[in-house]
Amino acid sequence: MTSLQTETATATAARAIAKPGEAVEITPGVHWIGALDPSLRTFDIILRTANGTTYNAYLVRGSDGVAVIDTVKAGFGDEFFARIESVADYDEIRIIVLNHLEPDHTGALPELMRRAPNAKLYISTRATSMLKALLKPKDEDRPLSFETVGTGDEVSLGDRTLRFLHTPFLHWPDTQCTYLVEDGVLFSGDVFGCHFCDGRLFNDRSGDFRFAFDYYYAHIMRPFKTHVMNALKLIEPLPLKTIAPTHGPILRDRPRRYIKRYRELSASTFADEIGNEERSLIIFYMSSYGNTARMAEAICAGAEEQSGLRVSLYDLEGGETQPFVDLIESADALALGSPTINGDAVKPIWDLLSSLAVIDLKGKLGASFGSYGWTGEAVRMIEDRMRGLKMRVPVAGLRIKLIPTDEELEECRAFGRAIAGAIASGEKGRVIDFAELG
Amino acid sequence: MAKAKITFTDIDQTVNVPAGTRVIEVSEKIGAGIIYGCREGDCGTCMMHVEEGWNNLTEPSVLEEKVLRENMASRHDRLACQAQILGDCRVKPA
Repeated sequence: MTSLQTETATATAARAIAKPGEAVEITPGVHWIGALDPSLRTFDIILRTANGTTYNAYLVRGSDGVAVIDTVKAGFGDEFFARIESVADYDEIRIIVLNHLEPDHTGALPELMRRAPNAKLYISTRATSMLKALLKPKDEDRPLSFETVGTGDEVSLGDRTLRFLHTPFLHWPDTQCTYLVEDGVLFSGDVFGCHFCDGRLFNDRSGDFRFAFDYYYAHIMRPFKTHVMNALKLIEPLPLKTIAPTHGPILRDRPRRYIKRYRELSASTFADEIGNEERSLIIFYMSSYGNTARMAEAICAGAEEQSGLRVSLYDLEGGETQPFVDLIESADALALGSPTINGDAVKPIWDLLSSLAVIDLKGKLGASFGSYGWTGEAVRMIEDRMRGLKMRVPVAGLRIKLIPTDEELEECRAFGRAIAGAIASGEKGRVIDFAELG
Repeated sequence: MAKAKITFTDIDQTVNVPAGTRVIEVSEKIGAGIIYGCREGDCGTCMMHVEEGWNNLTEPSVLEEKVLRENMASRHDRLACQAQILGDCRVKPA
């Protein structure tokens, strides 16, 4: 930890609700037993965090035993177990719910299972193989005591009931939420979470974490918008007092606004703008001597002849990658033009293509074109990458050596018409031949 | 060569394929929502639900049956990386 981080941590600790070795009550009988990781600056390679993160885990006490919901990352077990011990004995733990089996929530699981031998695990139906991969049980081990659960399944703690919601792909296939019926607490896993570390724990006490909430959504949930919408249909009807996610502040003050925010972030924006009847094609290009640019303009002109298609044309050199990613998310098709330099497409093209993992590209159409001097590999490489991203490439790429002639510009217009035709014929219900998929 | 139609109901797209084609080969190219992990019938990630045409897919192997059981598959669930298309069917992610 740097001296600055030490200062920050000390300043935060002074206001902290989370004190070492103590569980924090959320509502009577329900405690936060997680861990703080204030010095973390990069989570899971892909996410930056300005003040660290938390690994939230929870303990629910009923008249007939205790449930632990999720655990913490390996290395944070001491903090986690000390908090458990402040409110429960291990022998009382009958239930361990794992809403998501990623290692930041299951690092302390093997030790918890060792200390709480009476506990049975409750996981989603899709989590079995991951559980076995995590624990790697040997033949001589005690058989794993676990049960798989789906939407509507319940487990009783006597006077309290845990009800499960199957919410897959938020953000792994195994993810689920657990609802404490009598208290209106939703243990939401990574949903509604964020990488934000504040010992004050609750959203009405923490620093302003809105940027972290949106950033987390953009990098973790955004590729799964359809699944988010499906999950919201299950979550929205629930009476809710508190949303207790596995990272970041516990949302006890007006929790519904975070659900509303997820709905806003998951809605399609461009479809609202142009109406669902119209399809959209976005053409991006890079050009050294204006040749690929002229191809792009001709392709655009050809595509625009198709009715019901909105075509947009952009020079990648003139913008930042992020807003372009937003545009692609709303488009039906994407055409990329690049010259070939040293046997490769140019870097801004790869920068754009490598930034698309955060959006859902499945079913979008892709096309590639470019002018080249000697070898012209860029077009095929872009097509390969598009296929790798699960896009369909229905029209073979167009390459033109150096300066396009009038005839070649007509080829470009025809190429644009062919892409537009593929978009139009991709209307739902049409039977596509396997050979067309390339 | 015999042909068969497979419909991915989540994206409402139908593809006419040569009989014997594995579902994975089609679903990845058309961009259906089935997600793949190991691609060799071990991890269960690509479980799909067969809405119609259950009998128009190849029989599951012993290994696939085991993985389906472990993943609490329902009656008409299959692994998309294993099942080959023999006749018309309709599938969606499980």
